[in-house]
Order: sequence, then C-alpha cells, then structure tokens
Amino acid sequence: MDALVAQLQMQFRDYTISLYQQGFLDDQFTELKKLQDDASPDFVAEVLSLFFEDCVKLIGNMARALDQKGTVDFNQVGASVHQLKGSSSSVGAKRVKGLCVSFKEFCEAKNYEGCVRCLQQVDIEYKTLQTKLQDMFNLEKQIIEAGGRVPQVDIN
Amino acid sequence: VYVRRTQFTIFFRIQNHCLKTKSKMATKSTGDIEKTKSIEMKKKLNVLIVDDDPLNLKIHERIIKTIGGISQMAKNGEEAVIIHRDGRASFDLILMDKEMPERDGVSTTKKLREMKVTSMIVGVTSLADREEERRAFMEAGLNHCLAKPLTKEKILPLINHLMDA
Repeated sequence: MDALVAQLQMQFRDYTISLYQQGFLDDQFTELKKLQDDASPDFVAEVLSLFFEDCVKLIGNMARALDQKGTVDFNQVGASVHQLKGSSSSVGAKRVKGLCVSFKEFCEAKNYEGCVRCLQQVDIEYKTLQTKLQDMFNLEKQIIEAGGRVPQVDIN
Repeated sequence: VYVRRTQFTIFFRIQNHCLKTKSKMATKSTGDIEKTKSIEMKKKLNVLIVDDDPLNLKIHERIIKTIGGISQMAKNGEEAVIIHRDGRASFDLILMDKEMPERDGVSTTKKLREMKVTSMIVGVTSLADREEERRAFMEAGLNHCLAKPLTKEKILPLINHLMDA
C-alpha cells in the first residue's frame, strides 16, 4: 500500500509540475491552493467550477455577438473577453489569460477574423485545461483512497 | 464584595491574525476602597466585500477567513450603499471592485464618504485600467488601491496597518 501511495504521489507531483511548465497554470493557482485546508477541502474545486461556468457563459456571449456578421458589436465582445481575462487571472489559468490579451487587441482593432480565431482557440484552451485539472483531481482522489496525503508541490 | 487586586493588560501585535483585544479599565473609588472593573473586548476584523463576480467574492471571502477576519458580501455598489443606509454598519475594511453594474466602485466610494463612512476602503482594480481611471478611483475616497488578482500577501500589509491604527 505504501509503495502504491508513493507511486501515486510521485505521479501527482510530476503531473502538477508539468501543468506549470507547459504554461497551463501560473502562480495564482498556487495561491488558490494555499487557501485550501482541512476545514475547506474543496475550495479549489469550487472556485474552478465557477471559473468553468464563467467560460461557458462568456464564450457563449462572444459567439452570439460575433454571429451578427456585418453588425458585430466589438465593444460587447471585448467586454466578455475582459471578464474572462479577469476570471482566468484569478484562478491562474495562464494560457486562457494569454489568449484573452490577444483577443482583446483584435476586438479593439475590430478585426473580425482575428476575433473568430481567438474565440475558437479560447474554447479549445479552456476545455483542455478542464480535462487536465480533472486528471489532477483524479490523482488526488486516488492518493486519498490509497490512504495517503496529497503532497504539497514546490514548483520552483 | 469589593476586592482590591492588581491587573495587567498586555497588548500583542499578532501577524496573520485579525484578533483585536482591547481592554477598558474603569475605576471607581469610594473612600479607601477601590473597585476596578475590567472589560475586555475581542474583535475580529470585519470586512465588506463589494464585487459582482461570484468567483472573486468566493476567493476574497476565503482570503479574509484565512487571516482570521469575517466578511459580508455585496453584489454591487448599490447593495453596499443600502447596507450602510441605517448608519449602524461598521466595517474595518471595505474591498471595493471598480467595475460593477447598478453602481460602480467610483460612485459607491464617493457615496459612502458622503454618508460619513470612515472604514478603510481599498479599491480592487484590473491591470488593464488606465492610470487616469485608477486616479479617479483614488480621488473618490479610497485609502488604497490593489490590482487583481488579490492574494493574502497583498492584503496582509493593509490589515497590519489597520491593527496599528
């Protein structure tokens, strides 16, 4: 059992570090983890749930606004992008945040093709992050079920 | 029964906690007999978080809780004004988002200062905000301004400053 826990813990550590190294997550995610404790063990999962709800809602808003080809309200698109940038910044979703920066620039330039490309990329990116984080939470769950503790991961 | 006794009050500055202990000593003397009363008050840092984003509300509430404070939330500036309307609200700290529907952070801060609210008000801005926007927010009556995302490390120096005051 100890060998299994140790193996799972190492897998978890390596996986978490890879998420930072590949640019999916940044320091703000580390800050969120620090706010979680035994009294509030699901805090990070709850915050991420709110973030992914935001993604669905805001990307939906952007898509509808961009659908009005010829009469696109780029300010409206930009407002949703600004909100998504804020949310992604708050949870440490680095790639999503980075895409929002480019997206905002295309909105300000009223560049329709650029906006559509960014919308597609943001949609792919948040879904990829969601899958990766789900894999990370699954590893946490396996560690706990095997009788171990989820290790603190030092990403520096 | 009147008891003569000696009482000491020691104040500690506590980092990372928001527990304030104040002692009030009231002494009455009746001839040679002294009656000493000591009233101790314990006060947790009381924070109002004003933000329309449920995600930010959740994170900021958690930050305040982990540093030992208690928080109340307002989903926009208008709610924050209503909370203060009866004059009984007493917050040590108000975290004020800038962009909100109904009433934004600038307007809310101005209104609260007009209502003689003396709480420390800290504006929470986006890095994308222009310098003149930030200045206008400060001039509305903020004590400080912090950029999102908020962290414990950003807020703690302000809490310590409040403790010293």
